[in-house]
Amino acid sequence: MADATDSGVAFDFKPMDQFIVKPLGGSAGDPVSMLTITNATLWLGISVLAIIALFVLGTRGRAIIPSRTQSVAELAYGFVYKMIEDVTGKDAVKYFPYIFTLFVFILFSNFLALIPMSFSPTSQIAVTAVLGFSVFFVITAIGFIKNGVSFLSLFWVSSAPLALRPVLALIEVISYFVRPVSHSVRLAGNVLAGHAVLKVFATFAASVLVAPVAILGVVGIFALEILVSAIQAYVFTILTCVYLKDALHPHH
Amino acid sequence: MEGELAHIGAGIAALGTGLAAIGVGNVAGNFLAGALRNPSAAGGQTATLFIGIAFAEALGIFSFLVALLLMFAV
Amino acid sequence: MATETTTSTSACVDASGGAIGMPQLCPDWFTNQIFWLVIALLAIFFVLSKIALPRIAAVLAERSGTISNDLASAEDLKRKAVEAEEAYNKALADARAEAQSIAAQTRAEIKADLDDAIAKADAEIAAKAAEGEAKIAEIRAGAMESVSEVAKDVAAEIVTALGQTADAKTVGDAVAARLKG
Repeated sequence: MADATDSGVAFDFKPMDQFIVKPLGGSAGDPVSMLTITNATLWLGISVLAIIALFVLGTRGRAIIPSRTQSVAELAYGFVYKMIEDVTGKDAVKYFPYIFTLFVFILFSNFLALIPMSFSPTSQIAVTAVLGFSVFFVITAIGFIKNGVSFLSLFWVSSAPLALRPVLALIEVISYFVRPVSHSVRLAGNVLAGHAVLKVFATFAASVLVAPVAILGVVGIFALEILVSAIQAYVFTILTCVYLKDALHPHH
Repeated sequence: MEGELAHIGAGIAALGTGLAAIGVGNVAGNFLAGALRNPSAAGGQTATLFIGIAFAEALGIFSFLVALLLMFAV
Repeated sequence: MATETTTSTSACVDASGGAIGMPQLCPDWFTNQIFWLVIALLAIFFVLSKIALPRIAAVLAERSGTISNDLASAEDLKRKAVEAEEAYNKALADARAEAQSIAAQTRAEIKADLDDAIAKADAEIAAKAAEGEAKIAEIRAGAMESVSEVAKDVAAEIVTALGQTADAKTVGDAVAARLKG
């Protein structure tokens, strides 16, 4: 892949190396078992600590007039709470802690992954698939527990002409089962794409000729990635709310 | 030879990301047009906007994933 | 990295430490990632749901309580101000109404006195006028009687002077006929 250019610089494109999981302090390729402390574990732990710092230490004052960190925590709380109320309805507020956990985990993982040399858990299909499929299974279970067999009316579009209904039902079933795949691949794909592009631009910076353009590109993509980090956390959460609404009120 | 064909395939698959960009632009542009006609209703529809963008973008991400698989996993 | 000569035990990493294929799809790392992810999610969930979210909810509720308390007390003060103004206006209106009623009463009393006095004076005047009229009628009656008596006497004298005799009855009828005229 690496070709020597006129300036004698070999571009060594390795955009995927940043996603390698390796034992902490070890090198790539060392064996990883289930309990090994890896770089992925480290950055998951940093996410957890950052979340605790913001939401537990930040709100320690319980001030009526909030401090700066406390108002950030309250802002996040109010944002997700209002989203659930608006999208899913008042009866979904009891699922608020679960949805809020998903939101802050993805948000903090995305933002911490933007630190250079860090590891991005949300770029891993294994991580986002666990998130997406757990949301899918939990929501399907909630749908059947709340509505019983009538949950299946979600797939039977009663407002459509009778002849079309079986076809629509097939499409609805397929789209229902594609949901967890697209839910998890969207998140992983966005983060993965951003980081790979950053790496490619950074590799170009090795050549003096194109370095200014490459560095400008890195800056621009980095700014875009900050936006994408927040938007993907928002989108993952709001789609969870939409799916939850389907499970709680399947009759359209 | 097979590897080169895979790279060509990856390039073709990457076109899909550009097509998804058209879709995202469509969603956002139509939202903006509607929002300018009726600004008071726009605020309540930002969630719908983001859901629409997410769905349009997800398909682009799929083709990007196909390109990546062709590049690195085939 | 490139100097490393140890053979990699993983199928996803080549000898120089670079990735083979997509690291995301390397099955060797799945269990580790999923295990630690579940641990992290559980930790976040318990910390948030046991400590952080109740605390933030309490703070928000307290704040909205404080704000609504302040608003309520402001509302209370405003209502008191409005009440005070109403009481003031009412007192003013009462005083004005009382003054008006007193004035009206006084006016009515004065009018009643006046009417009384006027009626009395009218009655006096009427009585006096009636008295005067009676006197005039008496005088007129007296005068008429005198005139007819004088006329009778004069007529009798004239008849006598002319050398004739006339009885009193004839003279009287003639005079009465003439006087009626």
